[in-house]
Amino acid sequence: MRELTYWQALQEALQQEMRRDPRVFLLGEDIGAYGGAFGVTRGLLAEFGPERVRCTPISEATIVGAATGAAVTGMRPVVEIMFMDFLTLTMDQLANHAAKFRYMYGPQAHVPIVIRTPAGGGRSYGATHSQSLEAWFLHVPGLKVVAPATPADAKGLLLTAIRDDNPVLFVEHKLLYATTGPVPDEDEPIAIGEAAVRREGQDVTIVAYSFHLGMALQAAEDLAPHGIDAEVIDLRSLVPLDTETIVGSVRKTGRLVCVEEGTRTGGVGAEIAARVAEHAYEYLDAPIRRIAAPDIPIPFSPPLEQAALPTREVIVRTVRELF
Amino acid sequence: MSTATFPLGSAEARHVLYLLTLIRAFEERVLKLVNEGAIRGTTHPYIGQEAVAVGSCLALRADDWVVSTHRGHGHLLAKGGDPNRLMAELFGKATGYGGGKGGTQHMADFAVGHLGSNGITGGGIPIGTGAALSAQMRRSGQVVGVFFGDGAINQGTFHESLNLAALWRLPAVYICENNLYAMSTSVREACSVEHLAERACAYGIPGVQVDGMDVVATATAAQAAVDRARSGHGPTLIECKTYRFLGHSKSDQRVYRGREEEAAWRERDPLVRFRALAHERGWLSTAECDAVAREAVDAVEASVAFAQRSPFPGPEALTQGVFADSDDPCAS
Repeated sequence: MRELTYWQALQEALQQEMRRDPRVFLLGEDIGAYGGAFGVTRGLLAEFGPERVRCTPISEATIVGAATGAAVTGMRPVVEIMFMDFLTLTMDQLANHAAKFRYMYGPQAHVPIVIRTPAGGGRSYGATHSQSLEAWFLHVPGLKVVAPATPADAKGLLLTAIRDDNPVLFVEHKLLYATTGPVPDEDEPIAIGEAAVRREGQDVTIVAYSFHLGMALQAAEDLAPHGIDAEVIDLRSLVPLDTETIVGSVRKTGRLVCVEEGTRTGGVGAEIAARVAEHAYEYLDAPIRRIAAPDIPIPFSPPLEQAALPTREVIVRTVRELF
Repeated sequence: MSTATFPLGSAEARHVLYLLTLIRAFEERVLKLVNEGAIRGTTHPYIGQEAVAVGSCLALRADDWVVSTHRGHGHLLAKGGDPNRLMAELFGKATGYGGGKGGTQHMADFAVGHLGSNGITGGGIPIGTGAALSAQMRRSGQVVGVFFGDGAINQGTFHESLNLAALWRLPAVYICENNLYAMSTSVREACSVEHLAERACAYGIPGVQVDGMDVVATATAAQAAVDRARSGHGPTLIECKTYRFLGHSKSDQRVYRGREEEAAWRERDPLVRFRALAHERGWLSTAECDAVAREAVDAVEASVAFAQRSPFPGPEALTQGVFADSDDPCAS
């Protein structure tokens, strides 16, 4: 299979869906000739024109609200919010309107919108351009949240997200854009809500997603010489969360370590820990551990930022403490 | 822009008077039911502002859309909504527009072109803007009437949306119902310009002030704006000068305004004025006006009976319908 970068895989999904379905169009800041802040939409303006690749003013609330209005009247907009941090400006439209219309207005209302957004730190962009806010959106019923880790998943999940009749938040870690991997040419959507076991193991379950999947897999290799056989689960979707796969794994291994880049309190790991405690408490041989950013804004200074974010070494150390 | 008065004959006048009376009677009945405890929660009565919804919707086609507000019963009825399903929703019944899950500020009837009332001040403005984008992209010829109040005009969404709609020449009509108070805050204390229509100049679009207590004047202004939008010339901001005769919501004692001011506005009651006009122009006799009024009151009473005999949603409804394609994929 040919190799593509993560951003190319995303672009291919956008292109294929726009060719397939005339209702699909793009909305966002600098997504036209500039190609988006991280280059994902480069070239699409030339193929689809300014009506379907719509460069917007800097008006995030109205971008998401207009997408919602277009979606309930028959279009299928894909929005790019330039940095995940800017979702703060869209929260009313996303949480109060897009996510609730189906429940409040009944079956007449479908809100097929996708909101793609680059997340995460590691590039010294400072506290308003480096956040991983996905845990907030676990608390917004009516919204699906996906965070693919590989180019193949980026393409397959974006195809599915665009075809979904619900609002989907599509989280893209900035450090993944340049990564490469095999991606099918064809149209192979990947179901939302299904985690993938990326490495089978017997001794501990490491749950990760997005950029930290790679880190978790590397840590698993580092653990092998210590006689620890780690199972690594790639969540892929955060809502719906594949509880069954996580719980099934923990029942086998008896140990759970959750890895995420968002802040620790009320994070994705907290929710996973709670579900495992509810469904597999009696199988646990050690306390559940969470690896996350401390409860701080992401600092600019490179060594401080490095210290705030999860690392391969921290994962290895945390797992070893459980034995 | 055309200055010809909105054309009405006997049949149209009958329809207008019916809707004005229906909304008035509906809201009065709802208040009574709220006070009796039959309807829980709050309600934001539209009484006094009926001419805005009815006049604006007169200028819209059946397949045009409106986006509504927290004070939205009038918009839904004026756009052709079903009083039975509306009342049932206020009762929280399964036969209501949202199966009882939405309530007074959260209901929609897409089939009549109503895209939803909205509990967040200014929250509907971007949604209406997006519906107009959809109409433009699908070349459907539809126009969107976006209702909001003088309170919403200070939200960022107003600025963002009007700029975008003007920039892209979207087929939208932004209808600001300036009833002088955002809850208790006077428009004089909240807005830097006296006439809110003046804000249109910031977007290079027409800004029109109209007497929102006059259904014909409102329909005339709306028709010009709708024609402009439909012909591809972009949006208009209409400021309807109006007044809510009652408080913001059920608990409002109106300490922030004088009774003399209220009495002066009540002199301009849109129903009384339209009835007089219909009589003066020979559209409707007094007996015909009375018959229309009775018909409207009967429809309201029928809606109450419908709501009362309808069942509440069953417990299974609680977790259903969070997502479009499944009952509850989030169950853990």
